[in-house]
Amino acid sequence: MPTFVYMTSCDGCGHCVDICPSDIMHIDTKYRRAYNIEPNFCWECYSCVKACPQNAIDCRGYADFAPLGHSVRVLREDEKGSISWRIKFRDGREKNFVSPIRTTPWGSIKSPADYDRPSADAFNSQELAHEPEALKIDVLPALKPDQLKQGLL
Amino acid sequence: MRRRKTVFVDSDILVIGGGMSGCGATYESRYWGRDLKIVCVEKANIERSGAVAQGLYAINCYMGMQWDENKPEDHVRYARNDLMGLVREDLGYDIARHVDSTVHKFEEWGLPIMRDPKTGRYQREGKWQIMIHGESYKPIVAEAARKAATEVYNRIMVTHLLMDSKRPNRVAGAVGFNVRNGNFYVFRAKAVIVAAGGASHIFKPRAVGEGMGRTWYAPWSSASAYALPILVGAKMTQMENRIVLTRFKDGYGPVGAYFLHLKTYTQNAYGQDYEAFWRDSIEQLVGDYVNHHPVPTCLRNHALLEELKAGRGPIRMVTKEAFQDPHKETVGWENFLGMTIGQAVVWASQNIDPKEINPELTTSEPYVMGSHATCSGAWASGPEDYAPSEYQWGYNRMMTVEGLFGAGDTIGGTAHKFSSGSFTEGRIAAKAAVKYIMHGPGKDRPEVNEAEYEELKKAVYKPLENYQIGSNEIVAGTVSPSYILPIHGLQRLEKIMDEYVGGISAHYTTNEPLLTRGLELLTMLKEDLAHVGAENLHQLQRAWELQHRVLASECVTQHTLFRQETRWPGYYYRADHPKLDDQDWHCFTLSQYDAYSGKWKMEKAPVYHIVD
Repeated sequence: MPTFVYMTSCDGCGHCVDICPSDIMHIDTKYRRAYNIEPNFCWECYSCVKACPQNAIDCRGYADFAPLGHSVRVLREDEKGSISWRIKFRDGREKNFVSPIRTTPWGSIKSPADYDRPSADAFNSQELAHEPEALKIDVLPALKPDQLKQGLL
Repeated sequence: MRRRKTVFVDSDILVIGGGMSGCGATYESRYWGRDLKIVCVEKANIERSGAVAQGLYAINCYMGMQWDENKPEDHVRYARNDLMGLVREDLGYDIARHVDSTVHKFEEWGLPIMRDPKTGRYQREGKWQIMIHGESYKPIVAEAARKAATEVYNRIMVTHLLMDSKRPNRVAGAVGFNVRNGNFYVFRAKAVIVAAGGASHIFKPRAVGEGMGRTWYAPWSSASAYALPILVGAKMTQMENRIVLTRFKDGYGPVGAYFLHLKTYTQNAYGQDYEAFWRDSIEQLVGDYVNHHPVPTCLRNHALLEELKAGRGPIRMVTKEAFQDPHKETVGWENFLGMTIGQAVVWASQNIDPKEINPELTTSEPYVMGSHATCSGAWASGPEDYAPSEYQWGYNRMMTVEGLFGAGDTIGGTAHKFSSGSFTEGRIAAKAAVKYIMHGPGKDRPEVNEAEYEELKKAVYKPLENYQIGSNEIVAGTVSPSYILPIHGLQRLEKIMDEYVGGISAHYTTNEPLLTRGLELLTMLKEDLAHVGAENLHQLQRAWELQHRVLASECVTQHTLFRQETRWPGYYYRADHPKLDDQDWHCFTLSQYDAYSGKWKMEKAPVYHIVD
């Protein structure tokens, strides 16, 4: 369902323009508000819908196969770490769902540069960063070269 | 024409594409290369880019070695069987042995991974899959990459790689343009990691109107993963191995959790199990491969397609029983909301409540990618500790071009890596790239020839010029004798591939005469790409996405012509060679493109198996 923008809600802030993976949310030069310039390149990923601070963006199912009268609305609350959905069917039935989105504070991930520098030996091993500890097993598994043979099994 | 500013960005490691594999490469580059300059360049915004932009509800590649659930070699056997015997087992093992550390980091960073309340272990969806609340999967991973990178450049479409003018066959960087301000970028780097996306929209999709964007794979996956290495002569492998997905109709919503966790199953229009019905005829085509468990993805597609051809469609997923359980109903819906919201919209719009109606399934058009149940991509050097010598010519994940590394959709032969495996492969490539720079022949900074990037600069902006000049010739509208718009070129490409190279309207079937004709038409399309007109910078991005898609498509067609067998019925059929042929074709196909002559060189490469 390509996205569209409600004229009275959009303030032209451009969050949707910044986030859209398909580069299809642009600001209309006359109205100074966002709109979907290329609905047939919309994946319905809802990145713009979730990012809109005014809740000004919604979706209407693709005209090729989606009858009118439905809606799938979302509220993503990153501080609360949750996302809430309301699905409304064409015949009026509703379903609601809430899911967690993150278990740690935003911005809390440690830079890989904040860990101890790897030793010279570590460069020559096959271990990647944080291994073997992060594997939660003692030793990184490996094959022996003679375990690989050419031809049919 | 307007003069465009050139911006130079020098770095040690350049990561092209900030999806799952690009974020993994960026993170790991910093861990090993503490004092290096690490640059990640992305055509969208890494916060929500790549195939995981929308989120995921499962991580499909996790061994669970801490609980002794699986061993890496088990995963290799699984991927091998699913791909009808042909995967790079050295590369696949390498991903499998590292992937658990990636997933544990994701959890530490804040990704909600579901737990089995009884065992306390990760909630398994299937043998390899674990269930997550992954709406913010990409923002979390992007945060890790941003912490690691020296600089992240969003909204830059990379169009070409640059080569060292001193040392032959060594990469030196890349060029591209900023989609917002139109500046030209010259990235010079000692090592380049291509972590760009695979290819949607090279075959005609089922919906061609407003809904053409609702493809299974993201519409922004524009084959840069392949076009960038192909253009500089890197060898590609298994490009004929396109994938077709059986999914819920119109929205292409995922079926994995439905089959594995919710235990729903398929039946034909008359309530019959059709897979067993076709088993014997499949065995005649492919032999013993049909007896493997699980039955290879392509063969399950094949049974569905045969059933439809026999007139017993539509095929339905039987959900009514499972959805009586409120927990299962919630999982079924949240599965879509977490990764394919459009399927929820389709069902809401058509009043399909799977508690009351068994929804229809369909097969998608073909896609070319390297991370799902398929393994197209670049031919890469294997891990130093055990890869056979024929698979080892340099650093791990280095392509056949020096200093050019890859991960994710870019690297061929490694099916079933999915999101976690792609991130892991980015990490593997990055550690190797750092070693190449710090302790190997990558120490010297390559030299970039000014004439080379100046010429590319002219080529990059040519579509804007074509439009500006050509549009003066006509009153208004989209029809010009001098140029075609990017959408025109895309639709012509999709039609050629659909009709000649095994798309939906041909029932995924092709043969040598069709492929030969397809190549003639692709050649004319390639010539016409010199006349693409772009009205603005956004359309210029579309123009270059089209260039990448067309080159990748030509490669796919050459590979399809070269392999004279039907290895993966259900993905595509060579009607002139309808059976699997292990005698002559138990091998990888390799191609190499010569950008000067436009010619392709094809060869076979041996398959090595892990033997017990």
